[in-house]
Amino acid sequence: MLGLAPDTLVMAALTIPILGAIVIPLFHNAPNIRESVTLITAGALALSVWSLLPHVLAGGRPAAIDIAVVLGLSVAFAVEPLGLLFALIASTLWFVTSVYAIGYMRGNDEPRQTSFYVCFAVALWATMGIAFAKNLFTLFIFYEILTLSTYPLVAHKANGEAIRAGRIYLLILIGTSMVLLLPAIAWTWVLAGTLDFTPGGILANKTTPLLLGVLLALFAFGIGKAALMPFHFWLPAAMVAPTPVSALLHAVAVVKAGVFTILKVVVYIFGIETLAYTGAGSWLVYAAGFTVIAASLVALKKDNLKARLAYSTVSQLSYVILAAAILAPISAVGAALHIAAHAVSKITLFFAAGSIYTAAHKTEISELAGIGRRMPWTMGAFAIGAISMIGLPPTAGFLGKWFMLTGAMQTGQWLPIAVIIASTLLNAAYFLPIVYTAFFERERVAHPAGAAAAHEHGEAPLPIVIALTATAAATVALFLFPQLPLRLAQMMVGG
Amino acid sequence: MSAISAQLPGLQVVVPLLGAIIAAFIRRGTLAWAWATLITAATPVMAFALLVQVWANGPISYHLGGWPPPIGIEYRVDLLNAFVLMLVSLVSAIMMPYARRSVAHEIDGDKQAWFYCMYLLCLTGLLGITITGDAFNAFVFLEISSLSSYVLIAMGRDRRALVASYQYLIVGTIGATFYVVGVGLLYLVTGSLNFADIATRLADANVMFPRPVLAALAFLFVGISLKLALFPLHVWLPNAYAYAPSFATAFLAATATKVAIYLFLRIGFSVYGVALDIKALPISAVLYPLSVAAMFIASILAVYEQNLKRMLAYSSVAQIGYITLGIALMNQAGLTGAIVHLFNHALIKGGLFLALGAVVYRAGTIKLDDLGGVGRTMPLTLAAFVLAGMSLMGVPGTAGFISKYYLVVGAFDAGLWPVAFLIVASSLIALVYIGRVVEIAYFRPVSEAVAHAKDPPLMMLVPILVLTIASIYFGIDTELSAGVANRIAEGLIGALKLGEAH
Repeated sequence: MLGLAPDTLVMAALTIPILGAIVIPLFHNAPNIRESVTLITAGALALSVWSLLPHVLAGGRPAAIDIAVVLGLSVAFAVEPLGLLFALIASTLWFVTSVYAIGYMRGNDEPRQTSFYVCFAVALWATMGIAFAKNLFTLFIFYEILTLSTYPLVAHKANGEAIRAGRIYLLILIGTSMVLLLPAIAWTWVLAGTLDFTPGGILANKTTPLLLGVLLALFAFGIGKAALMPFHFWLPAAMVAPTPVSALLHAVAVVKAGVFTILKVVVYIFGIETLAYTGAGSWLVYAAGFTVIAASLVALKKDNLKARLAYSTVSQLSYVILAAAILAPISAVGAALHIAAHAVSKITLFFAAGSIYTAAHKTEISELAGIGRRMPWTMGAFAIGAISMIGLPPTAGFLGKWFMLTGAMQTGQWLPIAVIIASTLLNAAYFLPIVYTAFFERERVAHPAGAAAAHEHGEAPLPIVIALTATAAATVALFLFPQLPLRLAQMMVGG
Repeated sequence: MSAISAQLPGLQVVVPLLGAIIAAFIRRGTLAWAWATLITAATPVMAFALLVQVWANGPISYHLGGWPPPIGIEYRVDLLNAFVLMLVSLVSAIMMPYARRSVAHEIDGDKQAWFYCMYLLCLTGLLGITITGDAFNAFVFLEISSLSSYVLIAMGRDRRALVASYQYLIVGTIGATFYVVGVGLLYLVTGSLNFADIATRLADANVMFPRPVLAALAFLFVGISLKLALFPLHVWLPNAYAYAPSFATAFLAATATKVAIYLFLRIGFSVYGVALDIKALPISAVLYPLSVAAMFIASILAVYEQNLKRMLAYSSVAQIGYITLGIALMNQAGLTGAIVHLFNHALIKGGLFLALGAVVYRAGTIKLDDLGGVGRTMPLTLAAFVLAGMSLMGVPGTAGFISKYYLVVGAFDAGLWPVAFLIVASSLIALVYIGRVVEIAYFRPVSEAVAHAKDPPLMMLVPILVLTIASIYFGIDTELSAGVANRIAEGLIGALKLGEAH
């Protein structure tokens, strides 16, 4: 790994993606160089983030930049275990997604590829800013940059549908963050006099339990990226974007930024103990539990593959919120693990969906009969991702659920347990039929004319297959070797 | 050197005034532009020197013609007006390089020199209002700036500019009349025209003549509100901004309303606030509903506007609502928010209007539906527009956020959490009207009108970029904006005479 000083590594992680965003457009007319720049940027970023790992595991909290702005607001960065875990996931998967995107964007002959790669790099820059933010204000800045930089990616196709989706995307994400999150931050500042993420929280004994509950609601709904119902519509809408965007941004970076922020707020702003002691967070269990179940029910009805995956994401995100709301340290560990597990599994599923679209031009689940025989790698990876979604061993999805259940049992909360069990059944009900259809049903030919027109295809382009195989392997590997994310998650709760 | 620095307050006004007179004798447009640029460039230098002096040594009192106040006219510079002087002169100086091409494009050759003459006169008036410590002198400068701005607006290419200018003339004259009636009443009850002197006498006058004192406040309030376009007295502004020459719009939007707000602060806080319990006066009670109405109604009107200059004009009315809301809060954070938004909004709106002027220059239209794909043909101009637009929305990390954050904290401090939500909810409407432009500029196919457009020449582009970058930069480094505003607010609030109940 890089032998640089830890603070330098933080600076590197915060500058490399934005540098990439500046250099990429210079090679507008040389696609091969342009994509090389993307890969080099992603690789360098991943390398510098991984190089931070030993320092943080050794108890270090590398920091960079500290600019005071106003009223105790400052732009400052410090790496703590949870942030590092998030950064590791995002930066590593960016590299994989970049490989995938080259196959996908060229395979589908997408327009405006330069601006696509630029926005992607800016989005990853924002993600690093969120992961390493030392306080709420810094996090908020990059939170909004992430929304704004992914908006052009959502509206990428520039047709009526994409532009409408872009509107929903901006209005809900900026709307919730401005109208709810910003007052929450200002209120926190007025109450606590600081916005720094502090172990144990900063709001103990600052206000009444009722107002604390209201403040938590402002945060929970204000962080629209976490897609807590009723502010989840932007996520299905965002599925009009090219699949690499759905895969990395709307299954990993953006949505995880949401639940990551909620987790940070619960652990480092409110403090698990303060919330548990005052009972101010108990309503969140119901809100998150409702979202888990309701989104699964909607997913069941969706025939469009990406839409079903999107609703599955809404449901899975609320798992993380639910785990945080159980307010037991061990379930917070489960929440962190689930961020990692869901990232690698859901990106695999999206990669598979994009692979099918590229090779077979199919988007609906009902069209997928027998496709497993034409695209064994893709559908094999899909099956692994699906198993992880359900939460069965030997996949990563099992881990998070296990810790959540443990936490819920320790604190004697039966509602979360019921929710987790019910949703596991629902997950199985909407994922297993896809796998079954793909592998065990015969390819259907709708009408005779279609037979001639039936698209003869095999696997998707090689970069796509490589990428989805890698993430599928990671889904299994994370189950077999969970020590690293587990260690970081335990450090977060002071273990 | 020290002889000059002692005369700085006088020179601050005299230099642009003489400059305007000399400009009246110049016939060639380019020459007049060069002259106006030179004069304008001198004003921020003087303003900066004044600001430094005030920052270090406290307020400066300058006696015009050597006549001591309260008989003579006093120019009194404290942190508040040094800050506004700096803002007005600096923004004007940044914009001047832009003027040449834009003015040459929009105004007939024989009238260009007149334009610069009127511009300098307007600048004189604005600086004069800001620097003077005399209520009647302020009226004179108010009229100088108003009359010259009617001419500036009437020079617009569109014939509707004449109607807009006429409308503004009527409303502006009514406003000035109200102002001077208010000053007259104050003179009747205190026997003085000097702001500081009135402030010392007003408490006694209030015991004897409470009604005239209150009536004077009402006249001054309405008069100034017309000039600063407080909702619903804003009706002159959208047309005036829409049909004035691009440069005049940008200049007036960035400076004129700001100076009116300054005058409002001066009279409200430094005169009335020092003498009477300001919270017992019905200032906040009037300002709250009008500010909130401005924030919402004007923003919504902006959403439905096809003419982009009118859209930004309505947005200005809304933004003025934020400033007056901050004033109405009357606490440290709220007032700081108002003053810092005065500064930030000048940069933001200046940048936005200049960017639109560049679109006029290249594409000849600012009708939204004609501008499909303009983001691709004029990439830097539109990028600047979007960035300044984000600052307008108050995206964190931009200057606009700083203002909004102070206002929200001010509302929480005052215990008015619903107001805090109104502030953030209304700023969401800015997302809609800026977003509309983004959709058409970037996601529509390139339209005929803009097909051959490209970014404007460097002389125009640089001022746009400077103002845009400033409207981002002051979101992170706020020492010169919020830092100074905070100290000004401290001074204003510290000098207030507040009742026991508060």
